[in-house]
Amino acid sequence: MLNKKSILRIDDLTLDDVAKVMETADSFTSISKREIKKVPTLRGKTVVNLFFEPSTRTKTSFEVAAKRLSADMINFAASSSSLKKGESIMDTLRTILAMQVNLIVIRHSDSGTVKMVDDNTPVPVINAGDGKHQHPTQALLDLYAIRSRFEKFEGLRVAFVGDFLDSRVARSGTRLFEKMGMDVSLVAPSMLIPEDHSDLNVYSSIDDVIEDIDVLYMLRMQFERQDRKFYPSVREYNRFLSLDSKRLARMKKNSIVMHPGPVNRGIEISDEVMGDRESPYDNILIEEQVTGGVAVRMALLYLILG
Amino acid sequence: MIEKANILSKADLRRVIKRISHEILERNRGSENLVIIGLQKRGVPLGKRIAANIESFEDKKIRFGKLDISFYRDDFGKKIKADIEKTEIDFDVTDMNVILVDDVLFTGRTIRAALDAIIDLGRPRSIQLVVLIDRGHRELPIRADYVGKNLPTSQNEMVEVRLMETDGRDSVILVEKEEDVK
Repeated sequence: MLNKKSILRIDDLTLDDVAKVMETADSFTSISKREIKKVPTLRGKTVVNLFFEPSTRTKTSFEVAAKRLSADMINFAASSSSLKKGESIMDTLRTILAMQVNLIVIRHSDSGTVKMVDDNTPVPVINAGDGKHQHPTQALLDLYAIRSRFEKFEGLRVAFVGDFLDSRVARSGTRLFEKMGMDVSLVAPSMLIPEDHSDLNVYSSIDDVIEDIDVLYMLRMQFERQDRKFYPSVREYNRFLSLDSKRLARMKKNSIVMHPGPVNRGIEISDEVMGDRESPYDNILIEEQVTGGVAVRMALLYLILG
Repeated sequence: MIEKANILSKADLRRVIKRISHEILERNRGSENLVIIGLQKRGVPLGKRIAANIESFEDKKIRFGKLDISFYRDDFGKKIKADIEKTEIDFDVTDMNVILVDDVLFTGRTIRAALDAIIDLGRPRSIQLVVLIDRGHRELPIRADYVGKNLPTSQNEMVEVRLMETDGRDSVILVEKEEDVK
Protein backbone atom coordinates (compact mmCIF):
# COMPACT_ATOMS: atom_id res chain seq x y z
CA MET A 1 0.00 0.00 0.00
CA LEU A 2 3.00 2.28 0.43
CA ASN A 3 5.69 2.90 -2.13
CA LYS A 4 8.37 0.96 -0.27
CA LYS A 5 8.37 -2.07 1.97
CA SER A 6 10.21 -0.39 4.83
CA ILE A 7 10.34 3.14 6.20
CA LEU A 8 13.89 4.14 6.99
CA ARG A 9 14.02 7.73 5.81
CA ILE A 10 11.55 10.44 4.87
CA ASP A 11 12.62 10.09 1.25
CA ASP A 12 11.21 6.56 1.26
CA LEU A 13 7.76 8.16 1.29
CA THR A 14 6.11 9.74 -1.73
CA LEU A 15 3.76 12.70 -1.34
CA ASP A 16 0.96 10.26 -2.01
CA ASP A 17 2.20 8.02 0.82
CA VAL A 18 2.26 10.96 3.21
CA ALA A 19 -1.31 11.90 2.29
CA LYS A 20 -2.42 8.29 2.77
CA VAL A 21 -0.81 8.11 6.20
CA MET A 22 -2.51 11.36 7.30
CA GLU A 23 -5.94 10.28 6.08
CA THR A 24 -5.68 6.78 7.52
CA ALA A 25 -4.54 8.24 10.84
CA ASP A 26 -7.80 10.23 10.96
CA SER A 27 -9.76 6.98 11.02
CA PHE A 28 -7.58 5.65 13.82
CA THR A 29 -7.91 8.85 15.81
CA SER A 30 -11.63 8.27 16.01
CA ILE A 31 -11.12 4.63 17.02
CA SER A 32 -8.81 5.79 19.83
CA LYS A 33 -11.66 7.92 21.17
CA ARG A 34 -14.10 5.01 21.42
CA GLU A 35 -14.75 2.96 24.48
CA ILE A 36 -13.40 -0.15 22.76
CA LYS A 37 -10.17 1.22 21.35
CA LYS A 38 -9.37 -1.81 19.31
CA VAL A 39 -10.01 -3.21 15.86
CA PRO A 40 -9.25 -6.76 14.72
CA THR A 41 -7.36 -5.73 11.57
CA LEU A 42 -3.90 -7.15 12.33
CA ARG A 43 -5.04 -10.21 14.25
CA GLY A 44 -2.41 -12.93 13.97
CA LYS A 45 0.39 -10.58 12.94
CA THR A 46 3.44 -10.24 15.14
CA VAL A 47 5.35 -6.99 15.51
CA VAL A 48 8.60 -6.73 17.41
CA ASN A 49 9.94 -3.63 19.12
CA LEU A 50 13.70 -3.88 18.85
CA PHE A 51 15.04 -1.06 20.99
CA PHE A 52 18.78 -0.84 21.53
CA GLU A 53 18.44 2.60 23.08
CA PRO A 54 16.19 3.90 25.87
CA SER A 55 12.79 5.21 24.86
CA THR A 56 9.49 5.88 26.59
CA ARG A 57 7.18 7.48 24.11
CA THR A 58 8.25 5.96 20.81
CA LYS A 59 8.38 2.43 22.15
CA THR A 60 5.11 2.72 24.06
CA SER A 61 3.49 4.46 21.13
CA PHE A 62 4.32 1.60 18.76
CA GLU A 63 3.19 -0.89 21.37
CA VAL A 64 -0.17 0.81 21.88
CA ALA A 65 -0.57 1.19 18.11
CA ALA A 66 0.08 -2.49 17.45
CA LYS A 67 -2.21 -3.60 20.26
CA ARG A 68 -5.08 -1.39 19.14
CA LEU A 69 -4.83 -3.14 15.79
CA SER A 70 -4.89 -6.55 17.54
CA ALA A 71 -1.34 -7.45 16.50
CA ASP A 72 0.84 -9.31 18.96
CA MET A 73 3.64 -7.07 20.18
CA ILE A 74 6.93 -8.37 21.47
CA ASN A 75 9.15 -5.96 23.34
CA PHE A 76 12.81 -6.61 23.06
CA ALA A 77 14.97 -4.56 25.41
CA ALA A 78 18.67 -4.66 24.67
CA SER A 79 19.59 -4.22 28.31
CA SER A 80 18.02 -7.51 29.38
CA SER A 81 18.85 -9.57 26.29
CA SER A 82 21.56 -11.95 25.15
CA LEU A 83 23.40 -8.95 23.70
CA LYS A 84 24.67 -8.70 27.24
CA LYS A 85 26.19 -12.14 26.74
CA GLY A 86 27.96 -10.88 23.66
CA GLU A 87 25.52 -11.94 20.94
CA SER A 88 25.88 -9.75 17.84
CA ILE A 89 22.99 -7.72 16.44
CA MET A 90 22.87 -9.88 13.34
CA ASP A 91 22.59 -13.05 15.39
CA THR A 92 19.90 -11.47 17.55
CA LEU A 93 18.08 -10.59 14.36
CA ARG A 94 18.36 -14.15 13.09
CA THR A 95 16.79 -15.40 16.28
CA ILE A 96 13.95 -12.93 16.06
CA LEU A 97 13.30 -13.71 12.39
CA ALA A 98 13.22 -17.40 13.21
CA MET A 99 10.20 -16.62 15.38
CA GLN A 100 8.39 -15.52 12.22
CA VAL A 101 7.63 -11.94 13.04
CA ASN A 102 5.82 -9.82 10.44
CA LEU A 103 7.39 -6.43 11.08
CA ILE A 104 10.35 -5.01 12.97
CA VAL A 105 10.38 -1.63 14.68
CA ILE A 106 13.95 -0.72 15.48
CA ARG A 107 15.96 1.94 17.27
CA HIS A 108 19.71 1.98 17.64
CA SER A 109 22.17 4.64 18.71
CA ASP A 110 24.70 3.77 15.98
CA SER A 111 23.74 5.53 12.78
CA GLY A 112 23.20 3.07 9.95
CA THR A 113 22.33 0.02 12.03
CA VAL A 114 18.71 0.33 11.01
CA LYS A 115 19.63 0.12 7.33
CA MET A 116 21.89 -2.85 7.94
CA VAL A 117 19.01 -4.64 9.65
CA ASP A 118 16.63 -3.79 6.81
CA ASP A 119 19.12 -5.04 4.21
CA ASN A 120 19.21 -8.37 5.97
CA THR A 121 15.55 -9.08 6.61
CA PRO A 122 12.70 -10.12 4.35
CA VAL A 123 10.13 -8.42 6.60
CA PRO A 124 9.33 -4.70 6.64
CA VAL A 125 11.31 -2.51 9.01
CA ILE A 126 10.26 0.77 10.56
CA ASN A 127 13.01 3.09 11.73
CA ALA A 128 12.16 4.33 15.21
CA GLY A 129 15.37 6.30 15.62
CA ASP A 130 18.59 5.66 13.73
CA GLY A 131 21.50 7.20 15.61
CA LYS A 132 22.04 10.68 14.27
CA HIS A 133 20.38 9.89 10.94
CA GLN A 134 16.60 9.94 10.86
CA HIS A 135 13.43 9.38 12.85
CA PRO A 136 10.76 9.41 10.16
CA THR A 137 7.72 8.41 12.24
CA GLN A 138 8.34 11.36 14.55
CA ALA A 139 8.32 13.70 11.55
CA LEU A 140 5.05 12.15 10.36
CA LEU A 141 3.35 12.57 13.71
CA ASP A 142 4.63 16.15 13.90
CA LEU A 143 3.13 16.80 10.50
CA TYR A 144 -0.12 15.24 11.71
CA ALA A 145 -0.13 17.60 14.72
CA ILE A 146 0.48 20.59 12.46
CA ARG A 147 -2.34 19.43 10.21
CA SER A 148 -4.75 19.56 13.16
CA ARG A 149 -4.22 23.32 13.46
CA PHE A 150 -3.59 24.54 9.91
CA GLU A 151 -5.61 24.15 6.74
CA LYS A 152 -2.62 23.67 4.47
CA PHE A 153 1.09 23.10 4.81
CA GLU A 154 2.25 25.22 1.94
CA GLY A 155 3.91 28.44 3.02
CA LEU A 156 3.87 27.69 6.74
CA ARG A 157 6.93 29.06 8.48
CA VAL A 158 8.64 26.58 10.78
CA ALA A 159 11.69 27.14 12.96
CA PHE A 160 13.65 24.34 14.58
CA VAL A 161 15.33 25.64 17.70
CA GLY A 162 18.30 24.20 19.55
CA ASP A 163 20.43 21.11 19.31
CA PHE A 164 20.26 20.53 15.59
CA LEU A 165 23.58 18.78 15.21
CA ASP A 166 22.65 15.52 16.88
CA SER A 167 18.97 15.62 16.12
CA ARG A 168 17.46 12.87 13.99
CA VAL A 169 14.08 14.40 14.74
CA ALA A 170 15.10 17.64 13.04
CA ARG A 171 16.79 15.82 10.19
CA SER A 172 13.60 13.96 9.30
CA GLY A 173 11.45 16.96 10.17
CA THR A 174 13.21 19.40 7.86
CA ARG A 175 13.09 16.90 4.99
CA LEU A 176 9.38 16.23 5.42
CA PHE A 177 8.33 19.82 6.08
CA GLU A 178 10.25 21.12 3.07
CA LYS A 179 8.71 18.35 0.97
CA MET A 180 5.27 19.64 2.02
CA GLY A 181 6.14 23.16 0.93
CA MET A 182 6.86 24.72 4.30
CA ASP A 183 9.49 27.32 4.83
CA VAL A 184 11.96 25.84 7.32
CA SER A 185 14.53 27.79 9.25
CA LEU A 186 16.89 26.99 12.01
CA VAL A 187 17.75 28.72 15.25
CA ALA A 188 21.02 27.47 16.70
CA PRO A 189 24.51 28.60 17.45
CA SER A 190 26.94 27.74 14.68
CA MET A 191 28.53 24.90 16.62
CA LEU A 192 25.20 23.04 16.69
CA ILE A 193 24.66 23.19 12.93
CA PRO A 194 25.89 20.36 10.72
CA GLU A 195 27.55 21.22 7.43
CA ASP A 196 24.92 19.57 5.24
CA HIS A 197 22.22 21.97 6.38
CA SER A 198 23.92 25.18 5.38
CA ASP A 199 21.16 25.82 2.84
CA LEU A 200 18.58 26.52 5.53
CA ASN A 201 18.04 30.01 6.89
CA VAL A 202 19.98 30.13 10.10
CA TYR A 203 19.41 32.46 13.03
CA SER A 204 21.33 32.62 16.25
CA SER A 205 18.54 33.72 18.57
CA ILE A 206 14.90 32.73 18.97
CA ASP A 207 14.13 36.47 19.16
CA ASP A 208 15.00 36.77 15.45
CA VAL A 209 12.07 34.58 14.39
CA ILE A 210 9.56 34.42 17.23
CA GLU A 211 7.17 37.02 15.83
CA ASP A 212 7.06 35.65 12.27
CA ILE A 213 6.72 31.91 12.53
CA ASP A 214 3.71 29.60 12.52
CA VAL A 215 5.41 26.58 14.08
CA LEU A 216 8.07 26.80 16.74
CA TYR A 217 9.76 23.42 17.02
CA MET A 218 11.87 23.13 20.16
CA LEU A 219 14.53 20.42 19.94
CA ARG A 220 15.66 18.51 22.97
CA MET A 221 19.16 19.26 24.22
CA GLN A 222 20.75 15.84 23.88
CA PHE A 223 23.01 15.67 26.87
CA GLU A 224 23.58 11.95 26.35
CA ARG A 225 25.19 12.69 22.98
CA GLN A 226 27.25 15.64 24.16
CA ASP A 227 30.53 13.90 24.48
CA ARG A 228 32.10 17.13 23.32
CA LYS A 229 30.94 20.33 24.96
CA PHE A 230 29.12 22.33 22.31
CA TYR A 231 27.28 24.70 24.53
CA PRO A 232 28.85 26.68 27.33
CA SER A 233 26.07 27.01 29.90
CA VAL A 234 22.37 26.72 30.61
CA ARG A 235 22.26 30.46 31.16
CA GLU A 236 23.57 31.10 27.69
CA TYR A 237 21.05 28.59 26.29
CA ASN A 238 18.22 30.37 28.10
CA ARG A 239 19.28 33.70 26.73
CA PHE A 240 19.22 32.72 23.06
CA LEU A 241 17.20 29.54 22.65
CA SER A 242 14.67 28.96 25.42
CA LEU A 243 10.94 29.49 25.33
CA ASP A 244 9.45 31.30 28.31
CA SER A 245 6.10 33.02 28.75
CA LYS A 246 7.45 36.39 27.63
CA ARG A 247 8.62 35.01 24.33
CA LEU A 248 5.46 32.95 23.98
CA ALA A 249 3.39 36.13 24.28
CA ARG A 250 5.17 37.58 21.26
CA MET A 251 4.18 34.75 18.97
CA LYS A 252 1.63 35.20 16.18
CA LYS A 253 -2.02 34.38 16.78
CA ASN A 254 -2.73 30.72 15.92
CA SER A 255 0.94 29.80 15.97
CA ILE A 256 1.95 26.58 17.73
CA VAL A 257 4.80 25.15 19.78
CA MET A 258 6.03 21.57 19.49
CA HIS A 259 8.66 19.44 21.17
CA PRO A 260 9.47 15.76 20.54
CA GLY A 261 9.86 15.06 24.27
CA PRO A 262 11.15 14.46 26.81
CA VAL A 263 11.39 18.17 27.63
CA ASN A 264 14.34 19.37 29.69
CA ARG A 265 12.35 21.74 31.84
CA GLY A 266 14.01 25.07 32.32
CA ILE A 267 16.25 24.51 29.31
CA GLU A 268 14.21 24.31 26.08
CA ILE A 269 10.94 25.31 27.68
CA SER A 270 10.41 27.03 30.99
CA ASP A 271 8.60 25.35 33.84
CA GLU A 272 5.88 27.93 33.75
CA VAL A 273 5.10 27.37 30.06
CA MET A 274 5.08 23.61 30.55
CA GLY A 275 2.67 23.89 33.48
CA ASP A 276 2.01 21.36 36.15
CA ARG A 277 -0.25 18.64 34.80
CA GLU A 278 -0.82 20.38 31.53
CA SER A 279 0.34 23.55 29.91
CA PRO A 280 -1.83 26.62 30.63
CA TYR A 281 -1.35 27.62 26.99
CA ASP A 282 -3.43 25.93 24.32
CA ASN A 283 -0.86 26.37 21.57
CA ILE A 284 1.58 23.96 23.22
CA LEU A 285 0.98 20.77 21.23
CA ILE A 286 3.26 18.35 23.06
CA GLU A 287 0.48 16.01 24.27
CA GLU A 288 -1.34 16.23 20.95
CA GLN A 289 1.87 15.07 19.30
CA VAL A 290 1.86 12.00 21.52
CA THR A 291 -1.85 11.25 21.03
CA GLY A 292 -1.62 11.71 17.28
CA GLY A 293 1.55 9.64 17.28
CA VAL A 294 -0.39 6.51 18.16
CA ALA A 295 -2.83 7.11 15.30
CA VAL A 296 -0.02 7.80 12.84
CA ARG A 297 1.82 4.63 13.85
CA MET A 298 -1.41 2.62 13.57
CA ALA A 299 -1.76 4.01 10.07
CA LEU A 300 1.80 3.00 9.19
CA LEU A 301 1.38 -0.54 10.52
CA TYR A 302 -1.92 -0.83 8.70
CA LEU A 303 -0.59 0.48 5.41
CA ILE A 304 2.64 -1.53 5.52
CA LEU A 305 1.10 -4.85 6.52
CA GLY A 306 -2.04 -4.38 4.40
CA MET B 1 -18.54 -5.46 -19.09
CA ILE B 2 -21.72 -6.11 -20.98
CA GLU B 3 -25.01 -4.71 -19.76
CA LYS B 4 -27.52 -7.54 -19.61
CA ALA B 5 -30.61 -6.04 -18.02
CA ASN B 6 -32.07 -3.04 -16.31
CA ILE B 7 -33.18 -4.20 -12.90
CA LEU B 8 -34.56 -1.03 -11.37
CA SER B 9 -35.29 2.34 -12.92
CA LYS B 10 -35.21 5.61 -11.09
CA ALA B 11 -38.95 5.42 -10.34
CA ASP B 12 -38.67 1.77 -9.25
CA LEU B 13 -35.88 2.70 -6.89
CA ARG B 14 -37.96 5.43 -5.31
CA ARG B 15 -40.90 3.09 -4.78
CA VAL B 16 -38.70 0.31 -3.35
CA ILE B 17 -37.07 2.65 -0.85
CA LYS B 18 -40.44 4.00 0.17
CA ARG B 19 -41.81 0.51 0.69
CA ILE B 20 -38.83 -0.53 2.79
CA SER B 21 -39.17 2.63 4.90
CA HIS B 22 -42.79 1.67 5.66
CA GLU B 23 -41.78 -1.90 6.46
CA ILE B 24 -39.17 -0.70 8.94
CA LEU B 25 -41.74 1.47 10.72
CA GLU B 26 -44.29 -1.30 10.70
CA ARG B 27 -41.95 -3.92 12.12
CA ASN B 28 -40.52 -1.57 14.78
CA ARG B 29 -43.87 0.06 15.58
CA GLY B 30 -42.65 3.55 14.88
CA SER B 31 -39.29 5.21 14.95
CA GLU B 32 -38.68 5.19 18.71
CA ASN B 33 -35.09 4.07 19.45
CA LEU B 34 -34.46 3.58 15.78
CA VAL B 35 -31.12 4.57 14.29
CA ILE B 36 -29.93 4.11 10.74
CA ILE B 37 -26.36 3.23 9.77
CA GLY B 38 -25.35 3.27 6.12
CA LEU B 39 -22.43 1.14 4.96
CA GLN B 40 -19.85 2.96 2.90
CA LYS B 41 -20.15 3.64 0.19
CA ARG B 42 -23.60 3.28 -1.43
CA GLY B 43 -25.35 2.22 1.74
CA VAL B 44 -24.83 5.79 2.94
CA PRO B 45 -27.05 7.60 0.39
CA LEU B 46 -29.55 4.74 0.53
CA GLY B 47 -29.70 4.99 4.31
CA LYS B 48 -30.11 8.74 4.11
CA ARG B 49 -33.08 8.35 1.76
CA ILE B 50 -34.70 5.88 4.11
CA ALA B 51 -34.06 8.22 7.04
CA ALA B 52 -35.60 11.10 5.12
CA ASN B 53 -38.68 9.01 4.32
CA ILE B 54 -39.13 7.93 7.91
CA GLU B 55 -38.70 11.49 9.12
CA SER B 56 -41.41 12.69 6.77
CA PHE B 57 -43.81 9.82 7.62
CA GLU B 58 -43.35 10.17 11.37
CA ASP B 59 -42.47 13.84 11.62
CA LYS B 60 -39.56 13.04 13.93
CA LYS B 61 -35.79 13.36 13.59
CA ILE B 62 -33.93 10.11 13.14
CA ARG B 63 -30.24 9.59 13.91
CA PHE B 64 -28.01 8.58 11.04
CA GLY B 65 -24.44 7.30 10.91
CA LYS B 66 -21.91 6.09 8.34
CA LEU B 67 -19.80 2.99 8.73
CA ASP B 68 -16.65 1.89 6.93
CA ILE B 69 -15.63 -1.71 7.58
CA SER B 70 -12.03 -1.64 6.26
CA PHE B 71 -10.55 -2.48 9.65
CA TYR B 72 -12.88 -5.46 10.14
CA ARG B 73 -12.40 -7.24 6.81
CA ASP B 74 -11.49 -10.92 6.80
CA ASP B 75 -9.44 -10.61 3.60
CA PHE B 76 -6.96 -8.10 5.00
CA GLY B 77 -3.66 -8.33 3.14
CA LYS B 78 -5.14 -10.56 0.45
CA LYS B 79 -7.05 -8.04 -1.60
CA ILE B 80 -6.11 -4.56 -2.66
CA LYS B 81 -8.33 -2.38 -0.59
CA ALA B 82 -10.26 0.59 -1.73
CA ASP B 83 -9.63 3.82 0.13
CA ILE B 84 -10.87 3.99 3.67
CA GLU B 85 -14.04 6.04 3.89
CA LYS B 86 -15.22 7.89 6.96
CA THR B 87 -16.92 6.23 9.89
CA GLU B 88 -19.18 8.78 11.56
CA ILE B 89 -21.47 7.48 14.24
CA ASP B 90 -21.85 10.21 16.81
CA PHE B 91 -24.48 8.53 18.95
CA ASP B 92 -24.49 5.55 21.30
CA VAL B 93 -25.92 2.41 19.68
CA THR B 94 -26.52 0.70 23.02
CA ASP B 95 -30.20 -0.36 23.39
CA MET B 96 -31.03 1.01 19.94
CA ASN B 97 -32.65 -0.82 17.07
CA VAL B 98 -29.99 -0.38 14.43
CA ILE B 99 -31.07 -0.42 10.81
CA LEU B 100 -28.01 -1.34 8.79
CA VAL B 101 -28.21 -0.40 5.12
CA ASP B 102 -26.18 -1.74 2.19
CA ASP B 103 -26.71 -1.80 -1.57
CA VAL B 104 -26.02 -5.41 -2.59
CA LEU B 105 -26.01 -8.52 -0.42
CA PHE B 106 -23.67 -11.14 -1.91
CA THR B 107 -21.34 -13.39 0.13
CA GLY B 108 -22.39 -11.86 3.46
CA ARG B 109 -18.78 -11.13 4.47
CA THR B 110 -19.21 -7.37 4.44
CA ILE B 111 -22.21 -7.68 6.73
CA ARG B 112 -20.29 -9.99 9.08
CA ALA B 113 -17.59 -7.31 9.34
CA ALA B 114 -20.20 -4.58 9.84
CA LEU B 115 -21.85 -6.52 12.68
CA ASP B 116 -18.50 -6.79 14.47
CA ALA B 117 -17.81 -3.10 13.91
CA ILE B 118 -21.20 -2.07 15.33
CA ILE B 119 -20.91 -4.36 18.34
CA ASP B 120 -17.54 -2.76 19.15
CA LEU B 121 -19.41 0.54 19.50
CA GLY B 122 -21.94 -0.72 22.02
CA ARG B 123 -24.69 -3.28 22.55
CA PRO B 124 -27.70 -2.58 20.36
CA ARG B 125 -31.09 -4.08 21.18
CA SER B 126 -31.23 -5.38 17.63
CA ILE B 127 -29.53 -5.01 14.28
CA GLN B 128 -31.74 -5.28 11.21
CA LEU B 129 -30.41 -5.43 7.69
CA VAL B 130 -31.71 -3.55 4.65
CA VAL B 131 -30.36 -4.37 1.20
CA LEU B 132 -31.47 -3.00 -2.12
CA ILE B 133 -30.53 -6.17 -4.03
CA ASP B 134 -30.04 -9.68 -2.72
CA ARG B 135 -28.11 -11.51 -5.42
CA GLY B 136 -27.57 -14.82 -3.57
CA HIS B 137 -24.28 -16.83 -3.29
CA ARG B 138 -24.05 -16.48 0.49
CA GLU B 139 -20.90 -17.85 2.12
CA LEU B 140 -22.05 -17.11 5.68
CA PRO B 141 -25.35 -17.67 7.48
CA ILE B 142 -26.60 -14.10 7.00
CA ARG B 143 -29.93 -12.88 5.69
CA ALA B 144 -31.55 -9.51 5.15
CA ASP B 145 -34.65 -8.32 7.02
CA TYR B 146 -35.73 -5.93 4.28
CA VAL B 147 -34.97 -6.64 0.62
CA GLY B 148 -35.56 -4.31 -2.31
CA LYS B 149 -35.38 -7.03 -4.89
CA ASN B 150 -34.25 -10.65 -4.93
CA LEU B 151 -32.16 -11.23 -8.01
CA PRO B 152 -30.75 -14.69 -8.75
CA THR B 153 -27.40 -14.20 -10.48
CA SER B 154 -24.52 -16.29 -11.74
CA GLN B 155 -21.02 -15.90 -10.29
CA ASN B 156 -19.72 -13.99 -13.30
CA GLU B 157 -22.54 -11.49 -13.30
CA MET B 158 -22.35 -8.30 -11.31
CA VAL B 159 -25.00 -5.99 -9.99
CA GLU B 160 -24.21 -2.32 -10.43
CA VAL B 161 -26.10 0.05 -8.23
CA ARG B 162 -25.80 3.67 -9.28
CA LEU B 163 -27.12 6.44 -7.13
CA MET B 164 -27.52 10.13 -7.79
CA GLU B 165 -25.34 11.06 -4.81
CA THR B 166 -22.37 8.89 -5.79
CA ASP B 167 -22.74 8.27 -9.52
CA GLY B 168 -24.93 11.07 -10.85
CA ARG B 169 -27.95 8.92 -11.66
CA ASP B 170 -30.34 6.36 -10.17
CA SER B 171 -30.36 2.89 -11.69
CA VAL B 172 -29.62 -0.74 -10.98
CA ILE B 173 -28.30 -2.87 -13.82
CA LEU B 174 -27.02 -6.39 -14.26
CA VAL B 175 -23.71 -6.71 -16.09
CA GLU B 176 -21.64 -9.68 -17.18
CA LYS B 177 -17.86 -9.82 -17.03
CA GLU B 178 -16.64 -9.80 -20.62
CA GLU B 179 -13.96 -12.53 -20.51
CA ASP B 180 -16.62 -15.07 -19.60
CA VAL B 181 -18.87 -14.32 -22.54
CA LYS B 182 -16.95 -14.71 -25.82
